[in-house]
Parts: sequence; structure tokens; C-alpha cells
Amino acid sequence: MTQEPTFQLPPAMSTFAARYDETYYFIYWLSVLLFVGIIGAAAYFVWKYRRRPGVDAEPTGHNAILEASWTIAPIIILAVMFHVGFRGYLDMAIAPGNALEVRVRAWQWGWDFEYPNGAHSNDLKVPVNKPVKLIMSSNDVIHSLFVPAFRIKKDVVPGMYTTVWFEATSTGETDLFCAEYCGKDHSAMMRKVFIVTDDEFQKFLEESSGPPSGMSTEDWGKKIYGEKCKSCHSLDGSKVIGPTFKHVWGEMVTMTNGEIVKVDENYVRESILDPLAKVVAGYPPVMPTFKGTLGDKEIDALIKFIQTVK
Amino acid sequence: MTASNIATSGGHDGHGVDLNANYLKAASGWRSWVFTLDHKRIGMMYLAAVSLAFLAGGVFALLVRLELMSMGRTIMGPEMYNKMFTLHGLIMVFLFIIPAIPGSLANFILPMQLGAKDVAFPKLNLLSFWVYCVGAIFALISIVYGAVDTGWTFYTPYSLTNPQAQTAVISLVLGAFILGFSSILTGLNFIVTIHTLRAPGLTWKRLPLFVWATYATSIIQVLATPVLAITLLLLVFERIFGLGIFDPRLGGDPVLFQHFFWFYSHPAVYIMIVPGMGVISEIIATFSRRAIFGYFAVAMSSLALALLGFLVWAHHMFVAGMSEFATMLFSALTFLVAIPSGVKVFNWTATLYKGSISLAPPMLYALAFLFLFTIGGLTGLFLGTLSVDIHLHDTYFVVAHFHYVMMGGTVMGFFGGVLYWWPKMLGKLYNVKWASISAGLIFVGFNVTFLSQFIMGSRGMPRRYYDYLPQFELLHRVSTVGSWIIGLGVMITVGVLIVSLFKGKAAPPNPWGSAALEWQTESPPIAQNFAETPIITRGPYDYHLATKAELYDGFPTQRGG
Ligand code: HEC
Ligand SMILES: [Cu+2]
Repeated sequence: MTQEPTFQLPPAMSTFAARYDETYYFIYWLSVLLFVGIIGAAAYFVWKYRRRPGVDAEPTGHNAILEASWTIAPIIILAVMFHVGFRGYLDMAIAPGNALEVRVRAWQWGWDFEYPNGAHSNDLKVPVNKPVKLIMSSNDVIHSLFVPAFRIKKDVVPGMYTTVWFEATSTGETDLFCAEYCGKDHSAMMRKVFIVTDDEFQKFLEESSGPPSGMSTEDWGKKIYGEKCKSCHSLDGSKVIGPTFKHVWGEMVTMTNGEIVKVDENYVRESILDPLAKVVAGYPPVMPTFKGTLGDKEIDALIKFIQTVK
Repeated sequence: MTASNIATSGGHDGHGVDLNANYLKAASGWRSWVFTLDHKRIGMMYLAAVSLAFLAGGVFALLVRLELMSMGRTIMGPEMYNKMFTLHGLIMVFLFIIPAIPGSLANFILPMQLGAKDVAFPKLNLLSFWVYCVGAIFALISIVYGAVDTGWTFYTPYSLTNPQAQTAVISLVLGAFILGFSSILTGLNFIVTIHTLRAPGLTWKRLPLFVWATYATSIIQVLATPVLAITLLLLVFERIFGLGIFDPRLGGDPVLFQHFFWFYSHPAVYIMIVPGMGVISEIIATFSRRAIFGYFAVAMSSLALALLGFLVWAHHMFVAGMSEFATMLFSALTFLVAIPSGVKVFNWTATLYKGSISLAPPMLYALAFLFLFTIGGLTGLFLGTLSVDIHLHDTYFVVAHFHYVMMGGTVMGFFGGVLYWWPKMLGKLYNVKWASISAGLIFVGFNVTFLSQFIMGSRGMPRRYYDYLPQFELLHRVSTVGSWIIGLGVMITVGVLIVSLFKGKAAPPNPWGSAALEWQTESPPIAQNFAETPIITRGPYDYHLATKAELYDGFPTQRGG
């Protein structure tokens, strides 16, 4: 069941959330208590001992017991907090063995989620009441996957895998963010998480490997273009971050090293999987690799689509 | 005491400076400033420089807040926005907060609190100011020329992605190192000064708490800054020789950079806050007419913070994929920081008890510090608790937390200190009413700006976001309006000080009726600070041992006590 958002916290939609909220409010009320104690005392003293003609301040004395107690008492409170925090942390660190594994790839600036059967999606879709483990990698810089309603966050670091897991407790949708600053469109790395029933999830898996039923390969290529390439490649001849796809098919293109290459199947495929192998002259080497993100079927669909862009 | 320091108590030095004249008038012409060896003049030059940096950083902050006023584009695009918050962070951290109090206030006040004529190495002191200026210009050029948009943390590999930024980051880290070098020189100078130039009778137990705080800060500066140099070397090696150190494309480890960065920058956080705490101790003592409760504990807690500051760097990286064991260790160490911080807050509060409290503008800032720093410290507990940090990390909660500590702490300490020592430094009084109003505005504006950010953050608003979801718009609006209130307050303060500079009444030597040593000489001080080397017979806060003459505030009519 969803717990509605409160004044301080987002909705609670995972098994971690209840535990988190408890710890959060424990520290919160403790802080309120300490704050009111300290500031209340200070305010009272400021008023009570305001400067008056003829009344001098009393010389400061010593009170070893008082000093010792406010040094030692916090140690005990802090130890409790540390303990609670670390236990919660350990639970979050170790995923149950039966968790559904979803591969996550992040790049500047997008997410790709790959499911066990090879299906891909841009928004995360997960079954309810089932542990899900995300195995994450980055194509370029550090990103961080953050789902407030699940109370999870983990950096996605190039050159290594990081993992995070959760178990959603209610169906519905919620937000997913990139939390580690990654450049211009950092804030555009907002996606949705859809939590669905097990049946719906299975249906989604079947539908999303290969072109959606009734769609031609070419249209599927166009759809993938819209999701993954559009931010850098235009169709109308304008220069965005990368070269336009208009009329590109069959062209002779000059690379930064002076080599001239014909745009054909192999070149496009190489551009997608290993973009730094040949870099078009006049453009920065910023295209991310889609190795692992796009399968052969998808690359073929993209090639089909690029051939048609006139 | 060195021999030269006892030597004369009158006459001229070799450069035609009249040692017994007001230091502002003892010599004239621009050369007398640019080449001055007088710690007071160097302090004033620092004050001007860091104030400019603060105002510049503040303008960028206002622009950032303005852009966030509404969803989508408000006044600028995402690239510009990213540069703005980077500039805000870099300028505030490296050009303002780190050098602000040590460079300006400590430079001016510390030798006077020691009863010395100057710092131990006046030429080194001048050098450190000019090194600061060179570093500042260097850093600004590389930010602007390199269009740096990495945030003040320069995390790799983002900071290495395009060649232009790559060069800029290296030159920026070089700039940061030059600035750090200036801190090392200042720090070293202060350490030696505190050890060797204390007036006769000024024992360690009688040292003002501001001196203790500066001492602790100086130690961190000398020890931590070299780490920046190492990071810089590694970045250069990677760039020139293609060694894979931080860049995963070359087989490096990007997280390693974060370790290096925070190994310097976390201790730097204590370089930023400890001097502010020192200022607050001075102000609270003076305006309560009473020694700081638990003097020894407050002095030692500065040193404890300095030491602990070196052991907690990785608490910035709990979600970066460290081992569970390291994470546990750093969480535990982080909680330890709460103890010396708590000790200070408790002792300041206890000092007020049975004091004789006057709410002059510096004291308003000290009380604001107490209020805001307590919130900053308590919210640190959320972030130290591992399971809670996972949710709050890299959200506005963190932004609000460190603004409460850095701005609520250090900036309040700086403003309070400037207003406290202003009559001493410039020999002018200022308009108390308007100074108090602006303190109130800054305090209210600050809470409006940043309390709303705590709520946004705990609701899940990530930081460094150009755009955001509709549910955060209201809180962003509130926060932006708060930033205008702060801006107004700061402008009024600047106005009050400018008016005082040109039209202020002459200040008596001891306008606050303080028992501390720096008030027992002219305002502004003479070039050699004291006409005769003072002999210290009591602590700086021993109001019950001070004579009537020492505590005389110099105003003919009684101002109510
Ligand atoms: C982050 C921006 C970015 C994204 C996203 C991106 N590219 Fe690129 N792409 C570039 C840049 C820049 C170049 C030119 C430099 C180079 O060759 O690497 C380029 C070059 C290419 C080329 C060679 C074009 C030519 O004129 O020779 C192809 C083909 C290509 N990209 C295909 C794709 C496909 C297909 C996608 C989506 C799956 C995609 N790109 C996504 C930035 C991007
Ligand atoms: Cu990102």
C-alpha cells in the first residue's frame, strides 16, 4: 500500500521506506528536543540577564560535572544513532538471492533498463512485492540512481558495476532521478518508475522485445531514434551536438584523422557501438557508446530508419 | 619574546613609518599599502578582497535562485545555470570562506590580542596576500576562459570529458593550490607568532579563544593543503603521460579522485568554520561581560575539530560504492565530530547564564550563529546516520545543511567579527540601529531561504538541478524570495559600513567596554599597536579583575550600564 507523502517525506512505496521514516523521525524529534532545549535556554538567559545599570555579570565558575555530562551524554545518543543507521544500511546493501535482476545503463543524458529476457525500456518497470536488484553501469561519467519513494540511491560509476535493490510495496508510478551532477541535461535525467502487478509485468516483457506488435522495423527504428539519438542528431539538416542524419546515408565523411569514410551499414554500426573509433571532423568526441544498450535487432532497425531520412 | 620586539617603544622604523601614529596615517601613498609590512594594513587589504569575493559570489547565488524561481527556463539556459552555480561555489569556498576570517580579522586582531607589534614574519604575510591575489585571478581566468561547469567539486570523469574543460580543471586546481599556498604561509606565520610573540604574562591559559581557534585552523592549513598539490600532480601526469589514474577511459578509478578531493576539502571545511567559532567566543564574552564557560574545553574542542576533520573525508561518499566496512568506519568517525561541536554550543549557552547581556549588532550575529549553527549541526546527524543519508545525499537537504553551517556559521561569524572590530580597525562608529535591522533581515531571509530547502531535500529534490518537478515549485519560490531578503540585508550592512567609513563618529578606544587586550589601545591602533609592550596579569575575559579604566567604554553619558 502507498503511504501518502507527508510534509517532510515523499510517498513510501518500498519495504525500506517504513524503516527509513521511523529512523528519520527518531532523529527529527530528538533534534527538535535538543534545539528547543538549547535555543530556549539561550533565549531565556538573554532576556533574564539583559544588561541593567548597576548589575554586573557574575564571574564564570567551574562545573566539572555539568561539563563532563554534556560531553558524555551525546556519545551515548550518537552510538544509538550510529547503530540504527548502520543496521538499516546493511539491510539495503545485501539483496536477497531470488531478486529479479535488471541491468541499468546511464549516459549523458538518459537511462536504459534491460530485463532478463533482453527487453529494454526508458522508464523502469517493476513487479510489485518482488525484490528487484539493479546492476548498474555508466557509459560516460558518474551518475546516480535515486528513487525517493523507495528511499534508495546509488552512484552509477563508469568502469565498474554498482548494485542496489528494493522491493516495491504498492502499484503505481513514481519518480526516478539522476542525483550525481553530470552536465548540461543532468536535470533532464528524470524518469518514471512504474510498479505493476506480476501479470502486467510479464505482458510488458513479451511486448517489448522486438518491435511492438503492428509496427514496421523502420518505424521501430524511428522510435528508438526518438528515445536515444534525437538529443544529438537532427533529421532536418541542423547541427545539434552531432551531425544531422539528413541525407547522411551513402555520404563520404571526413574524420578528424583525415580519413574519408563512406556511411554504410558497418560504419553506422561501428558509430553506435564504438563511437570513438572514428570521429567526424568538426565534432567533439562526446557520443556515448550504446554497446549493451542496443541489441542487434535494434541497430538493424536504426540503420533501416537512417537510410530513409531524406 | 624576541629581542627586537622588546627593543624600542617609540620613534620611527627604517621606512619612514611613524610607529606611534595611527596606522592608517603612519605612511601615505599607494606604495605604503602595496608594500606594507603592517599586519593591520594587510588585514584591511584582505578584508577588501574577501568582501569583494563575497559580493561577487552572492550575485551568482541570487542569479541561481532567480533561475530556480519557476519551472523550466526563467532567465537562462542549463549551460549558463551550471556555470553560475559553479562560480558561486568556487568563489565562495576558495576566495571567500577559506581566507575570510584568517586573512582579514585574524591578521588584524591576532597580533593585537597577543600584545605583539606584528606577526612573526611580516614579509611572508605580505607575500601571502599577493599570492592570494595571484591565485584568485588565476582561478577566475580559468573558470571564465575554460567555461567550467563542473561544480566546485570537479568530480572526474565529468571534469575530464572535454579537452577545454580538462585544461581548465588543471589550471583551476593549480589556482586552488596557489590559494592554498597562501593559506599555508598565513598558517605558518600565525603558528610561529602565537608561539613566540606573546606578551609577557600571556600564558597559554590566558590566550583568547580566537587565538586558539586560529591556531587550530593554521595547523589544518599547513597539513591539508599539500594534498591538493598531490592531486594536481596526478591530474597533470594523467593528462600529459596518459597514466590512468582518475579517468576510466584510461583505466583509472574516478572514485579515487573523490577520495583525494575530500581528503583536502573536508579538513578545509574546518578551516572554514573554526575561525568563525573563535570570533563568536570573543563576541559572546564581550557582550555578556563574562568569561566563556568551560574555556579550556572550548579551546581544546577547536583542536579536536582540527584533528577529527582529517578522519571523516569519506562521509561525502556513502553512496559512491565504497566497501561496507569503510562506510561503517566513516559513519562512526563522523558522529565524533558532533561532540566538540556540541561542547562549544553548550558552553556558549552556559556563558549567557548570569551574564550582563547587551544586544549590540555583533551580539545579534553571535546569537544568530548559535541558532543557525545548532540547526546545521543537528541536521548533520541525519546525514551521518547511514540509512538516512542514502536518501538525503545529493539532495537539497545537503545544500541546506552546509549553508546552515557555512553561511549560518562562518558568514555570521565574519559579519559579527567585522562589526565587532570595525571601530577598532577603522576608528569609526556605525549606525547601530540600521546594523541591527540588517542583521535581522539576514537572519530571517536566511531561514526562509534554507529551511524550505531542507523540506525540498527530504522530499527528494536532487541538487544541482536546472529544472524540477511541479511538486517542488512552491518551495523553490519561497527559497528565492528568501534570497532577496538576505540580499537586501547584506546591502544595508554594506551601506551602513560605507557611511561609517566616510561620516562615522570617531570611535573611542574601547566602545564595547571589553576587557580584552586589543581594546586597550587607540582606535585605530598606532602602527606598533601598543605604545609600550603590555604586561599581562589576567585573562582576556576576567571582567571581575579588570579595572574601571580598562572597561571604560569611552562614552561620556552612561549608555545604560
Ligand atoms: C550525446 C550526444 C549523442 C547521442 C545521444 C548520439 N550521438 Fe551519434 N554522434 C554524436 C556526435 C558528437 C557525433 C560526431 C562525432 C563522432 O563521430 O563521434 C556522432 C556521430 C554519429 C554517427 C556518424 C555520423 C556521420 O555523419 O558520420 C552516427 C551514424 C551516429 N552518431 C549515430 C547515432 C545513433 C544511431 C544514435 C542513437 C542510438 C546516436 N548517434 C546518439 C553525438 C551523439
Ligand atoms: Cu546523470
